[in-house]
Amino acid sequence: MIYFENVSKHYNGNSVALEDVTFQVDPKEFVSIVGHSGAGKTSLLRMLIAEDRPSAGQVFFESLDIHKIPRAKLPKYRRKIGTVFQDFKLLPHLTAYENIAFAMEANGRADSEIAENVPQALNLVDLDNKAWNFPHELSGGEKQRVAIARAIVNQPDIIIADEPTGNLDPIATYEVVQILRKINDLGTTVIMTTHNKGVIDELGRRVITMDEGRIVRDDQEGKYVL
Amino acid sequence: MWTGFKRVVRSGFVGFWRNAFVSLAAVFVMTVTLFVIGSSMMLNQLLEVSLENIQSRVDINVYFNTEAEIIDVNALQNELESLPEVTEVIFTSREDALAEFRERHRNDELTIQALEELGENPLGASLSIRTRDTSQYDSVAAFLEEQDTIMSGGVPLIDRVNYNRNREAIGRLTAIINAVEQSTLVALVVLVIAAVLITFNTVRLAIYTAREEISVMRLVGASNMYIRGPFMLQGIMYGLIAGLLALLIMYPILLWIGPATESFFEFNLFSYFVNDFSKVFRTVVGVGVVLGFISSTLAVSRYLRV
Repeated sequence: MIYFENVSKHYNGNSVALEDVTFQVDPKEFVSIVGHSGAGKTSLLRMLIAEDRPSAGQVFFESLDIHKIPRAKLPKYRRKIGTVFQDFKLLPHLTAYENIAFAMEANGRADSEIAENVPQALNLVDLDNKAWNFPHELSGGEKQRVAIARAIVNQPDIIIADEPTGNLDPIATYEVVQILRKINDLGTTVIMTTHNKGVIDELGRRVITMDEGRIVRDDQEGKYVL
Repeated sequence: MWTGFKRVVRSGFVGFWRNAFVSLAAVFVMTVTLFVIGSSMMLNQLLEVSLENIQSRVDINVYFNTEAEIIDVNALQNELESLPEVTEVIFTSREDALAEFRERHRNDELTIQALEELGENPLGASLSIRTRDTSQYDSVAAFLEEQDTIMSGGVPLIDRVNYNRNREAIGRLTAIINAVEQSTLVALVVLVIAAVLITFNTVRLAIYTAREEISVMRLVGASNMYIRGPFMLQGIMYGLIAGLLALLIMYPILLWIGPATESFFEFNLFSYFVNDFSKVFRTVVGVGVVLGFISSTLAVSRYLRV
């Protein structure tokens, strides 16, 4: 479903973010990408959401070369991807419900669809009772679950999670990973970066290990090895 | 499509209110600009109407001496009428001139008394000549000079020809109109630049304030138009509101000076404003909307690369 073919990314000529990265992600996989800070994990994800262009190589989504998509068609491509970030990126003046609805509105969904799907998404992340709370009234774990609900509400093909547990305590981390696993079980591909050893060992799914912009390991039922 | 449009409009309004004070500044500057545009439109109309008035009144008036024989006057009239450039020659007899004089001064007892005192009609007959074009008056004046016959007793037939005075008035008025047009143009250019810059900065600030929303919108794949629309709409709203405000300010002012212009220029500005309101409205509000749209589009394309 996703193909990286000899992708390199150099900044300012000599600073290397990615070096000759080749891998493939199949539908319904749950892939974790691990590595130290600066190993190239985030650069990899930025390629995938077309926020950044590779210096060499190609990235395909199915048969689509991501970096040949014309500007005007990019939004349509991005709708296939749900994104979750370490810092949640929730809008502070909107409630949990409104934050999720905002993503559907921006996507041009009908009001009736929004009224139907937002409660479902909140239910999936187990936040039915916090629908009308503002982000500052939620704990870190709850905020991240709202962000996940927002990412899945438009029914994307892939969820990309960049350090989703980076700011969370162990219990919240566990809950967030469980939710991502549940989403994956429901049929959505998940690509997650992390440097949380516990998360990787507990998941027991595919792990890609990166170092200095290169893929150094790719294990089907990986452990966190660095 | 319709839902998207509704949402763009809604977030345009939200953006307007969220930066209410800055929006106010943009609206205010634009109101001043549009007010000046509207006022200069009025002023120009006023000056042009008075120019037309004066031009239509331009004629050469030939005043004859009181002793002039009616036959000589009629002969001159016939000659003038045969000139190709002359369109009309109106004869006013001594009696008519007197009647007209009495009519004009009927409330001025002193003048009427002085007239009675005089016992005889002091006014001469006159011819009023109109030509096809104002520029042709010169040749008619030259013709009249040649015709300056001397009657018996050494008194000239023609007492005076008034022509130059009107020409001066026309020249002066044209100069005034040009000066007014030029100075309002300079003022307008300055104001338009100020309005565009301030609106541009207001929209830029709105974009900055909404940067979190924008990044989230991009992440979830909102279309370019969905992201940019609200900001462009904001600019249009500034222009629209400013245009309506400018018209609202103009109304009482014109209502107030309308009668004054009526008596001085014989042209009521207020009734022009009311009768030609759709034209004034289209100009003032239209310019506002266009200015707002241009400045917000500039800001969006500069600061909102989607």
